Amino acid sequence: MITKKVLLLFPKSETEKPIVYHLVKDYDLIVNIFRAKVTPEEYGYLVLDLTGTDENIRAGLDFVRSFNVEINEADRGIRWDDKRCIQCGNCLSHCPTEALYISDPLTRKIDYNEDKCIQCLSCIDNCPYGACSSIF
Amino acid sequence: MKTYEEINRKIESGKAVVMTADEIIDYVDRKGLDKAAEEVDVVTTATFGPMCSSGCFLNFGHSKPKMRITEAWIDDVLCYSGIAAVDAYLGATQLRHNDPANMYYPGEFKFGGGHVIEKLVKGEKCQLFALSYGTDDYPLKELRTWFDINDLNQAIMVNPRNCYQNYNVAINCSEKPVYSYLGMLKPNMENLTYSSSGQLSPLLNDPLYETIGIGSSVWLAGSRGHVHAEGTQHCPTSLRGENDVPVEGAGTLGLTADMKKMKGDYIRGVSLKGYGVSLSLGIGIPIPVLNRGILKRTTVRNKEIEACVIDYSSDYPNKTGKVLCRVNYEDLMKNNITINGKKVEVSAMSSYNKALEIAEILKDEITRGDFCLGIPSQKLPAVQGMKGLEIRRDR
Repeated sequence: MITKKVLLLFPKSETEKPIVYHLVKDYDLIVNIFRAKVTPEEYGYLVLDLTGTDENIRAGLDFVRSFNVEINEADRGIRWDDKRCIQCGNCLSHCPTEALYISDPLTRKIDYNEDKCIQCLSCIDNCPYGACSSIF
Repeated sequence: MKTYEEINRKIESGKAVVMTADEIIDYVDRKGLDKAAEEVDVVTTATFGPMCSSGCFLNFGHSKPKMRITEAWIDDVLCYSGIAAVDAYLGATQLRHNDPANMYYPGEFKFGGGHVIEKLVKGEKCQLFALSYGTDDYPLKELRTWFDINDLNQAIMVNPRNCYQNYNVAINCSEKPVYSYLGMLKPNMENLTYSSSGQLSPLLNDPLYETIGIGSSVWLAGSRGHVHAEGTQHCPTSLRGENDVPVEGAGTLGLTADMKKMKGDYIRGVSLKGYGVSLSLGIGIPIPVLNRGILKRTTVRNKEIEACVIDYSSDYPNKTGKVLCRVNYEDLMKNNITINGKKVEVSAMSSYNKALEIAEILKDEITRGDFCLGIPSQKLPAVQGMKGLEIRRDR
């Protein structure tokens, strides 16, 4: 079993299809949705974790692709701009999963671990310098 | 014993021995105070964080025809124009015109005076809109134009209060969020925020103002400036620990420097949700090792510096003076801290990382002979309280 975090971008025409249902039912995948916006009028997105066998994840993603849905495995919705970040650490008590963390206790350097981010957006709300932003 | 002149001569000849306030601690431990006081000439201190009570004087130059500006906005941020025809003062905490502030609580405060100052330092174009009533010699009544910092005759940062010696640690004991200048404080003491660079901070390394005085040279966002006055609310008569280090706000500095020589990496507009806008500044201050007592005080460690934890939901706004407890900076610089038996997550408003970087840069500049000490012409007051404002019903 592996877990893969993916970002699905839906064109307007595909937002009515029950894609997540099929991923669970037909491909035996555990789906954990972090962020979603799927409305019939416009483009939509889903940020989710897929857990299952390597083979099932690959097949499930092929199925998703057949709907003209764009799959982005690299970009995960939240961006941390290390040039905007002044390394204060105001984010630390607001990030619930320690995705934003101190990588070096001596210099108190802040770093961002994308894998741990659950996209709660509280860093965006709380960063005084706009270092965190959402791609949506 | 050394004098400022001796140290400056060593700096000019490239022979000065300089260490950061971080490095000096272990060095004195290893070498002993007497030996280290002989060897080391300067200790560099630094801080980087929001410094309200900052701003700049700008001179726009005269338009053709001339205008005696009475109201001015830069990028829709109001500047104070009651100085002279084309002089203005832009304050860091001024909101942008039409910002809804906290009308839709908590407001976002995306842009204001601090952000305009950041744009100016970065050389970006800004819009000036100005109004006047018109006079015989200054007939123009309205103008709109675009400019950058190079178009200005002068851009001089003049900050009434920077470098708070120490600062409150803010916590929220209530059941709803508190939006403060120390960030969002979660209900029920879920988190707290401190704002100091601790053992690197300028006035914590010179707690009795023995070397930092009016006329001292400072590194202000990359530009060489100086202390022009005691900072507003300078209150040396504060609660202090046995090491003379204050456990509350205490001293402050009024700082000035040429903004045209500043570097964009060390100056940032600040947006504090539910509170407002401000400006973050990087500041470095050299401490000359004139004698062993001065050196000794620069070896202060985070664990020897305490700060007061204050409830910002009630005690701070109501000015009750109540302190929940005291904590030291070594504990604050861990991920969480225990307050009244409860584990509390820690946030910081001050960047230790940037402060370290600035202390290193200043060390390099002094070592290279590029940055000499300013000899203070006056000491900062060492005994002085702080007044409150009484709201009176009658004259």
